Amino acid sequence: MKHLISAGDLSRDEALLILDTAEELARVSGRSIKKLPTLRGRTVVNLFFEDSTRTRISFEAAAKRLSADVINFSAKGSSVSKGESLKDTALTLEAMGADAVVIRHGASGAPHRLANWVRGSVLNAGDGTHEHPTQALLDAFSMRQRLGRLEGLKVAIVGDILHSRVARSNVLLLSTLGAEVTLVAPPTLLPVSVERWPCQVSYDLDAVLPKADVVMMLRVQLERMNAAYFPSAREYSRRYGLDRDRFAKLHDDAIVMHPGPMNRGMEISAEVADSPRSTIVEQVGNGVTVRMAALYLLIGGENQ
Amino acid sequence: MIVIRNARILGGEPRDILIANGLISEIGAGLGGDTVIEADGLIALPGLVDLHTHLREPGREDAETVETGTRAAAIGGFTAVHAMANTSPVADTAGVVEQVWRRGQEAGHCDVHPVGAVTSGLEGKHLAELGAMADSQARVRVFSDDGKCVSDAVLMRRALEYVKAFDGVVAQHAQEPRLTEGAQLNEGEVSGRLGLTGWPAVAEEAIIARDCLLAAHVGSRLHVCHVSTAGSVEIIRWAKSKGWNVTAEVTPHHLLLTDSCAEASPVGPYNPIYKVNPPLRTHDDVTALREALADGTIDCVATDHAPHPVEDKETEWAAAAMGMIGLETALSVVQEAMVETGLLDWAGVADRMSTRPARIGRLSGQGLPLEVGSPANITLYDPAVRTPVDPTAMVSRSRNTPYEGLTLPGRVVATFLRGRPTVLDGKLV
Repeated sequence: MKHLISAGDLSRDEALLILDTAEELARVSGRSIKKLPTLRGRTVVNLFFEDSTRTRISFEAAAKRLSADVINFSAKGSSVSKGESLKDTALTLEAMGADAVVIRHGASGAPHRLANWVRGSVLNAGDGTHEHPTQALLDAFSMRQRLGRLEGLKVAIVGDILHSRVARSNVLLLSTLGAEVTLVAPPTLLPVSVERWPCQVSYDLDAVLPKADVVMMLRVQLERMNAAYFPSAREYSRRYGLDRDRFAKLHDDAIVMHPGPMNRGMEISAEVADSPRSTIVEQVGNGVTVRMAALYLLIGGENQ
Repeated sequence: MIVIRNARILGGEPRDILIANGLISEIGAGLGGDTVIEADGLIALPGLVDLHTHLREPGREDAETVETGTRAAAIGGFTAVHAMANTSPVADTAGVVEQVWRRGQEAGHCDVHPVGAVTSGLEGKHLAELGAMADSQARVRVFSDDGKCVSDAVLMRRALEYVKAFDGVVAQHAQEPRLTEGAQLNEGEVSGRLGLTGWPAVAEEAIIARDCLLAAHVGSRLHVCHVSTAGSVEIIRWAKSKGWNVTAEVTPHHLLLTDSCAEASPVGPYNPIYKVNPPLRTHDDVTALREALADGTIDCVATDHAPHPVEDKETEWAAAAMGMIGLETALSVVQEAMVETGLLDWAGVADRMSTRPARIGRLSGQGLPLEVGSPANITLYDPAVRTPVDPTAMVSRSRNTPYEGLTLPGRVVATFLRGRPTVLDGKLV
């Protein structure tokens, strides 16, 4: 593995290697001194063109626990906001000797472009409406932790699939790992050729819930309403929100996930989000471990 | 007097072509002349005519000029190009079109026929002074807001009606604007996977259907720019079957490339070298376009040569400019897509790349058959060679060719404009 740009690039063995490595590293996180010397002398750049404090902090913590030097490069207030191109930014990072660049960008495919211009490893921390592979890895990690397996798990992903990088990465990764994914959304929020994806599709949340082992709720942005993807927040919530009544339809071992940040009361009710069967808080902790594993496997080798 | 020896006119038996006073004065065997051009194995075509070229002057001389763009045209075997109106300032007045026309005359590499804007400033609000452009020295006959669609149905109707007075034609860039807000790539399997905002085929087809009906209603000529979908082909076929006066063009790139280039290509995924308007479509669309060009539903090939400087393409996909250059590779791509596949012979290529576009543009001295008395607008082409496309070898000021990494057949060896060679041995004269 040179880069981690798309979950679709991971073979089953590579994906499992990341998850297993994360599991080992999780034991370290339980210690009082959490730091490992593995990436000492390596430089990790967090290149964030979009505000995402959660993801940036997660990558920063992951790199620091492995003793890497971390440079945070935020587009706001930098040369980027003065019109510097992605290529020039990449060449700057290259000159600084970045071993890994973690990039969050509003344009789909920006990490692929970046990989043309830097020698280090590129980790995609979310690109436009394309992918967010470490989110899918931490989701898979959380599922395996709670339910003990991924093979054959029935996973429902509910919400704005069309614009969701989390959904794309999860469909690719989970199908590689043998889980059965069903996407649930109003037809307006599904891509036109979604039937060619390696998953099932449904417009009816109530029909899908009783069979699901995992329900992953996606954030629905209110500006989608203004673009006529759905008539109102209330109607969306009524048809596709996970409230107490729908929660009751799940079988007893099923878990509820959300990549955050949540719209409580919109796609998920507060009591569901806070229930013991919600993994939302542990997803955050698992995010650090999974990202440590990814960084370790990408740039922790001897021959860097 | 120039004699071209042993040229295969439209791919036929070798003949000698004698040129005198800018005209073809004799065709036969064993002809003599002051200058002899050996054309063994070369095909002679009437000089190619492009209905759709962006020369970028005035305004974006960093991307292309009339001088550099017409050099590229000559190298590609063209003897006439139509310069699109989306310059800065827009070619929406007699002054601007005459300036472009004069620059073409000065450059002298091929004829330059300015296209006039349909609406002032391409804003889609008021008709530009179409009559003044038609009456100017530039004698404009093709009008287009290309780059933008004349989406207002009333304005489109009026434009179609108005240009009848001087036998003009409105060349529509068919793109329903609301259906393509923020659109990046053909809406389908690839756009869904790549997370790029979809550009639906219906956005093109709906406008073409409407415009065909409008043209029929007011009895006008309509030309459809860069047809890119199988559905558009069906609508145009239907309109022609009704006897309506509708013509259409297809670009070389839509005859060869698909949206899958954005995902997997010799130059990496998400490379905006493949970003173009209208977007590259699917394999089924390419097949339908080739068949339509072969059966004449689509009248001609037009390059939509769209030069952009490097910095406008070395970016993330969404930030990149739309368009690709095409003058220098057009004939090779047509050979690859249409001739090698058996869909067109060389007579067909001459018809689709010279005769018909000249007729649509109402050019009197272009697109005429290679016979005694015709102006000596001739392209000599070697179909036997295959060469890798080298962007750095292009004479266009820009390098944004989508064919890097491909090996294409054929090479333009010489181009003659009214008897004067503009290209010899594949090089500018």
